[in-house]
Amino acid sequence: MSYTENDLAEDLQNQEYKYGFVSNLESEKIPKGLSEDIIRLISAKKEEPQWLLDYRLKAYAIWLEMTEPEWAHVQYAKPDFQDIIYYSAVKQKKYESWDDVEPEMKETMKKLGISMDEQKVLTGTNVAVDFVMDSVSVATSFKSKLSELGIIFCSFSEGVKNHPELIKKYMGSVVPTTDNFYAALNSAVFTDGSFCYIPKGVRCPMELSTYFRINEQGTGQFERTLVVADQGSYVSYLEGCTAPMRDENQLHAAVVELIAMDDAEIKYSTVQNWYPGDKDGKGGIFNFVTKRGICEKNAKISWTQVETGSAVTWKYPSCILKGDNSVGEFYSVAVTNHHQQADTGTKMIHLGKNTKSTIISKGVSGGKSNNSYRGLVQIHKGATNARNFSQCDSLLMSDECGAHTFPYIECKNSSAKIEHEATTSKIGEDQIFYCQQRGISSEKAISLIVNGYCKEVLNQLPMEFAVEAQKLLAISLDNSVG
Amino acid sequence: MITIKNLHASIDGKEILKGLNLEVKAGEVHAIMGPNGAGKSTLASVLAGRDGYEVTAGTVVFEGKDLLDLKTEDRAREGLFLAFQYPIEIPGVSNVNFLRAALNEIKEYHGEDPINAKDFLKLVREKSAIVELDAKLASRSVNEGFSGGEKKRNEIFQMAMLNPKLAILDETDSGLDIDALRIVANGVNILKSPENATIVITHYQRLLDYIVPDFVHVLFDGKIVKTGSKELALELEERGYDWIKEELAL
Ligand SMILES: Nc1ncnc2c1ncn2[C@@H]1O[C@H](COP(=O)(O)OP(=O)(O)O)[C@@H](O)[C@H]1O
Ligand SMILES: [Mg+2]
Repeated sequence: MSYTENDLAEDLQNQEYKYGFVSNLESEKIPKGLSEDIIRLISAKKEEPQWLLDYRLKAYAIWLEMTEPEWAHVQYAKPDFQDIIYYSAVKQKKYESWDDVEPEMKETMKKLGISMDEQKVLTGTNVAVDFVMDSVSVATSFKSKLSELGIIFCSFSEGVKNHPELIKKYMGSVVPTTDNFYAALNSAVFTDGSFCYIPKGVRCPMELSTYFRINEQGTGQFERTLVVADQGSYVSYLEGCTAPMRDENQLHAAVVELIAMDDAEIKYSTVQNWYPGDKDGKGGIFNFVTKRGICEKNAKISWTQVETGSAVTWKYPSCILKGDNSVGEFYSVAVTNHHQQADTGTKMIHLGKNTKSTIISKGVSGGKSNNSYRGLVQIHKGATNARNFSQCDSLLMSDECGAHTFPYIECKNSSAKIEHEATTSKIGEDQIFYCQQRGISSEKAISLIVNGYCKEVLNQLPMEFAVEAQKLLAISLDNSVG
Repeated sequence: MITIKNLHASIDGKEILKGLNLEVKAGEVHAIMGPNGAGKSTLASVLAGRDGYEVTAGTVVFEGKDLLDLKTEDRAREGLFLAFQYPIEIPGVSNVNFLRAALNEIKEYHGEDPINAKDFLKLVREKSAIVELDAKLASRSVNEGFSGGEKKRNEIFQMAMLNPKLAILDETDSGLDIDALRIVANGVNILKSPENATIVITHYQRLLDYIVPDFVHVLFDGKIVKTGSKELALELEERGYDWIKEELAL
């Protein structure tokens, strides 16, 4: 790895939220507010087929009957759903090639560190990227190379146009419209996202990555991601997110569905760095996300997340272990600082025999923040010899922060073996002193200690992402100790 | 090297160091002995700049600089090293990464380029050999799961890597068997030079058979009350500390 301690030190010089800029791109927006007419308008703008409009309207009707959940250990002013713009698209609609992309957009991507230039990417460390800004997917790279293998990787909208049979079959199959308040809302108003299909027996040769960006003021982002790994296939999928610094709270309510068929494996990694609000708790993204995957026989789904951003996070990437011998994993680092609140964890639903799940959760809280782990391990009757191991560790950086653990276990099969370990510790002043005594600054010491603490999780990330995540942790924890 | 004058320091409002004087010159080895609770570790902590100690009076000049005015990390970067009585564990941070971060921050402070990977690994091999530290320990997490003896050896390994001007060894000998003691002492002796100095804090005379001090000081109730040659250590071992109390009518 070419990234050195020095690079890290340099990066830490600039400890502000560095993605807080606004791009000056002309966009097409629809009026704010939510109604059947608005949904029809979104659907028309996207030139959608009737079945999808029907899907949306049905979801909307369901959503109207639902109330916002209040069980999470977070407090926030509920969004005014009539005050949100549900569709905002960058003006230039279609890019035939990378050369068509206007300079301001290219500049935006450059600032975000996204490389779309296929020529310049060396083989071996390839990452194919789909870039979603506000409501539309802007560009997807490496398309032709992937399609040679039969891999489909495109924006959700293109998926609807070109592969309606796949979308129709799998959309909502893991996260039904009725699942929860925000999933229902998303199903009604989702605008874009990524779609990915890996054919039977194909090992995807590069990381697939979607980068989500909120740019426009007053908008919400409601994207859907659908990843289908056919029998015996493998894919590693990355997701990154940022937003400008704004005083208002912006809503991000996504739905991610993963389908791993027999013997398939999906690795899904997220580095979530939505704007967290300022140090007094003003502004920031509300991140209310439903992520779930289903495993058929011998399949494996592995969620890895590094959550450093957002004002409020409410997110439980889960696995339904339906097939025998299937495996679910959840590796999480959730960092909160200042006034951030995170309620995150996972659900492992064991249905098949010999199913196995592993949960490693590392919560790091500083400032006046609140950080909760909430996890459910459910062993159904038929899940003979199911195994779960959970480890939930909390690291406190200050005296004013809160760390909470809510593990729920429901076991209906006596052959199951469930292990749960939890620890809470305060970052050691003696550890920081020890580092300082060796010449290491206190900021670097904190970064070293926290990165060490999260190592088990960070090790799960693909290399380029791991470096990014390390930097993020250091930056997020600036001024966290107290 | 270091001149400590009339140092008073307290913790939680309780005065521990009560007017301590000490002068150490380059090339010298000083031993500080004294009963439990005398303030030996407190002295080490105050010099190193640990939080929570309040210096109420006195001065410390280290290599011409006002030591007490420097940040903790800058004291280390100026060449002050403390081998901890109880080395700290840092899970998930490998020893070598930790040392590379330290070494590079020290270099940066002095306006030098960071060390490249090849030279660094060479240095690790060379210095770990001095304390016969298993190469595997060098890549394991800092002190995590190390035995007591391994931790102490690791402290001397770190000292060898960082090459300080003044090293303070706080009870580095406690908990060591005779072989480990010999290895640690040998390491310290190899690293000794006319340009650097060592303060050895110890309870036991036996370490001083290996690391021969130029001066032996008795620290008692926050002050250095007696200074002698290495024979003083033998006498203390034999007779304890009570006779000093009587002699000095403390
Ligand atoms: N954190 C602390 N708070 C209050 N008193 C302390 C603290 N640390 C040390 N002391 C007291 O300071 C005195 C000196 O301790 P120390 O320097 O560790 O002695 P030594 O190393 O000589 O055995 C003892 O009386 C001890 O109880
Ligand atoms: Mg002591």
